[in-house]
Amino acid sequence: MTATLSVRNLRVEIPTRGGVLRAIDDLSFDIAPGEVLGVVGESGAGKSITGSAIIGLLEPPGRVAAGEIRLGGERIDDLGPDQMRRIRGRRIGMIFQDPLTSLNPLYRIGDQLTETILTHERLSQRAARDKAQKLLEEVGIPAAGARLSAYPHQFSGGMRQRVVIALALCADPELVIADEPTTALDVSVQAQIIALLKRLCSERGASVMLITHDMGVIAETADRVCVLYAGRLAEIGPVRAVVKHPQHPYTHGLMSAIPSLAGDPDEELAQIPGAMPRLGAIPDGCAFNPRCDHAFARCRAERPHPYPAGASDAACFLHDPDPARRPPEPVARAAAARGIAAADETPEATS
Amino acid sequence: MTAAHTSPARTPAPDQDAAPLVEVGGLRRVFDLSKPWLNRLIEGGGRVTLTAVDGVDFSINRGETYALVGESGSGKSTIAKMAVGLLPPSAGRVSIDGTDVWGEKGADAMRRMRRKIQMIFQDPFASLNPRWRVQAIIEEPIKAFGLIADPKDRAARVGELLSLVGLDARDGQKFPHEFSGGQRQRIAIARALASDPQFIVCDEPTSALDVSVQAQVLNLLRDLQERLGLTYLFISHNLAVVRHVATRVGVLYLGRLVEEAPARELFAAPKHPYTKMLLDAVPDIEMEGKERLAIAGEIPNPVNPPPGCHFHPRCPFVMEHCSTETPPAHLVGDAAVRCHLFAEDRAKT
Amino acid sequence: MPHVVGEDTSGAAPARGPLRRAIESDLWYSFTRSPVTVVSAAVTLVMILSAAFAPLVAPHNPFDPATISILDSFYPPAWMEGGNPRFLLGTDDQGRDILSTILYGMRISLAVGFASVLFAMVIGVTLGLVAGYIGGAVDSVIMRIADVQLTFPAILIALLINGVARAMAGPQSYDQVVLVVLVLSIGLSFWVQYARTVRGSVLVEANKEYVLAARLIGLRPWTIMFKHVLPNVMGPVLVIATINLALAIITEATLSFLGVGVPPTEPSLGTLIRIGNDFLFSGEWWITIFPGITLAILALAVNLLGDWLRDALNPKLR
Repeated sequence: MTATLSVRNLRVEIPTRGGVLRAIDDLSFDIAPGEVLGVVGESGAGKSITGSAIIGLLEPPGRVAAGEIRLGGERIDDLGPDQMRRIRGRRIGMIFQDPLTSLNPLYRIGDQLTETILTHERLSQRAARDKAQKLLEEVGIPAAGARLSAYPHQFSGGMRQRVVIALALCADPELVIADEPTTALDVSVQAQIIALLKRLCSERGASVMLITHDMGVIAETADRVCVLYAGRLAEIGPVRAVVKHPQHPYTHGLMSAIPSLAGDPDEELAQIPGAMPRLGAIPDGCAFNPRCDHAFARCRAERPHPYPAGASDAACFLHDPDPARRPPEPVARAAAARGIAAADETPEATS
Repeated sequence: MTAAHTSPARTPAPDQDAAPLVEVGGLRRVFDLSKPWLNRLIEGGGRVTLTAVDGVDFSINRGETYALVGESGSGKSTIAKMAVGLLPPSAGRVSIDGTDVWGEKGADAMRRMRRKIQMIFQDPFASLNPRWRVQAIIEEPIKAFGLIADPKDRAARVGELLSLVGLDARDGQKFPHEFSGGQRQRIAIARALASDPQFIVCDEPTSALDVSVQAQVLNLLRDLQERLGLTYLFISHNLAVVRHVATRVGVLYLGRLVEEAPARELFAAPKHPYTKMLLDAVPDIEMEGKERLAIAGEIPNPVNPPPGCHFHPRCPFVMEHCSTETPPAHLVGDAAVRCHLFAEDRAKT
Repeated sequence: MPHVVGEDTSGAAPARGPLRRAIESDLWYSFTRSPVTVVSAAVTLVMILSAAFAPLVAPHNPFDPATISILDSFYPPAWMEGGNPRFLLGTDDQGRDILSTILYGMRISLAVGFASVLFAMVIGVTLGLVAGYIGGAVDSVIMRIADVQLTFPAILIALLINGVARAMAGPQSYDQVVLVVLVLSIGLSFWVQYARTVRGSVLVEANKEYVLAARLIGLRPWTIMFKHVLPNVMGPVLVIATINLALAIITEATLSFLGVGVPPTEPSLGTLIRIGNDFLFSGEWWITIFPGITLAILALAVNLLGDWLRDALNPKLR
């Protein structure tokens, strides 16, 4: 079966006065039909840019410099703006963080929905309006018939995001890209929206690319998860494997840094020293090497590509099939966490 | 990644029977949202008021962290502003170390009181003046309170503060935009420490930060509390974060404290239906597939809150008189719960 | 401290000096990328310098009766038939060298322009800061006055103030205070824009957390306004000031052209155009056209600079 979305060796560049920045570097992943793929990373890791690149809405001067993007087997990264516009909305639905950016404040909700339905389907005005009402009911808006003639500002934040979901789903797209769909919402509303999104997409068989910084949301929603770091793939795998048995040192650090409701609250949170490098200052070799306990000479010279690691793939030399080329055991993890470069003393490995 | 170790700081301070450092009583704040007088006269429509904080009481012992948890419209940031003296309360009092923050007194007493209170803000990109060097930002409180007169000594103190929060002493010569979000929050912490305060209000200090940096800042705040004996009022919407810092927790809903309990008790046995709902809404990172309380509805408009118990329209255990009577605080063990479910006569059944 | 680790590579880099900061700044970068702006800046600079050093640059001193001869009157520009190589742009009815009168005239035009912009800026920024930061009734009063003033054209206000001042000073002493009156009247007709812009920015800035942090340590409102808020709202003010400089120069020229400005004994560009206007139809066009062209170039160059500054400081347009 062909993947709904297939991204191969994607590279997104942003030319600036200081040189060309690689916002996304050599990123590959697939989303199977009906699958929810979570894309996580810290701010600046490139998760939203990946989404924009797929829907052809990269903010200039950003551009896709290499690689290919296929939707249902067809290449879409080389399409013109008009063809791309037809694909957006019809074959790819979009949900953004701020519902107000997707809704026109001057039009009634019903008009926006019917207009979108009519651009994608040959229906009578009345049939389209009926469909709009049915959609609003499906996303859980009470008194949907009456609410069709309301304006976006008359809805609460959670209700607006429901309308946006209805709008994204109204052409029955194959793929829904949701970029931080719950970040602007209150905790108690977040869970409702996540559950709704998941239910509707699985009912329709739509694949979902869920972009978020919140590992908790991913753990609840996604089938597989793709962890980005400094525009590169760190780890990709089934969500349970990544959450419970992270294979990349970055994923491992990220998972232990999340405060949770289990475990001893008096224990200090594990922390990763330092911060993600800016795009202009990505170190040679592995982007994570200055913050990594396991780093050795090879990590500073050569960039790791994804190796199979447990149930996942991780871009880390720890998983090099040749044990001789893996990093040596860390000398003192605690020392490294205190900023002392323990890795400097590790014996040089052949590279 | 740091080896985890257990910190002794979150067991209650030894001199527990001493008076609490911070006492908040009957705190209330009403905002007037009415249109200007002339517009009301012409367009009609009466006064519109919003009760952001409605009779909140709590106290914080020295060396403890009191966390206020709530969603938007709960009034948590309004309480923070009243506690530090940025916003006058409509009623009630806040006292720090026995001095009323909003009482009338001379400029001298005011300065002495202000020195004891500091605040760490949510957005590290807005909390540092972009036109000032870090050195000037951190030494401003030192100058304002006239703590160190000699510029050389002052610069040395700024360097000391910077290394205390994990930055380089030479970073003082840079501007805020040269730092990442986490580093800026460290600078904000250094500024807060500059006047040797006893009480620091942390208003969502990590919600603008990425997870790995959030852990750094939370650990830093805990270390500083241990070393300097600080008392925190920690404001957050994230229960998982609160669990890692708080000694006591108060849960706010539409301006009222619906549950207040020692942190361990609140997380082990939440009592108010809203607290249970909030805890259930935290995404399950452990992936244990836990049972959940169904969540319904959204927070009502605080201008027009539901009568009686504000939570009753969303409450799965709603009773007849919930919509008419405001529940008083019932003591259940160490917790105080504002819910009719815990009224004396019902508690036994 | 077990847990503190420097966060990224910028840890120990030395602080940069002000000159390097200026050269590396975005403003300088966008400046060098815009040829129109570089040309207007050069033109503006040359005009300001030659006006400032008019006594050194000008070939003649048009206000020294000893060097003026009525016999030199009405020479056309030097390249025309009957032109005199001593007078590049020709002479006027009294035998004064046009190029020199333009240079001296520009001096007055620019001086009045700069002074009135400065005056408008001080009033407008102060009132805007006060209105925005203090709010309430003070805000309402200031902004309603501004609204009312905005319904009248600036030139009308300037004429009004000018007329009142002229009546109060009397014809003799008026000539001595004319420059001050001009600066006051132009300045007072332009303050509204500054006040509105600054008030708007202050409303945004005053709620930012760095201002709260300053209030927290008990700084006085006045200190916070000038030390914290003002530096952060100066960007738009500089843009308005630059565009206003061009407007102020033109307003001064208009007033002088209408005869309520600078007297002919010490002519500004506007006065020169008015004097020349009388001779336009008798064929001596150069007396009015050259000051006119100078005024147009000056106003255009300054305006283009203002446009660039506005775009460069507004990240949304970049």
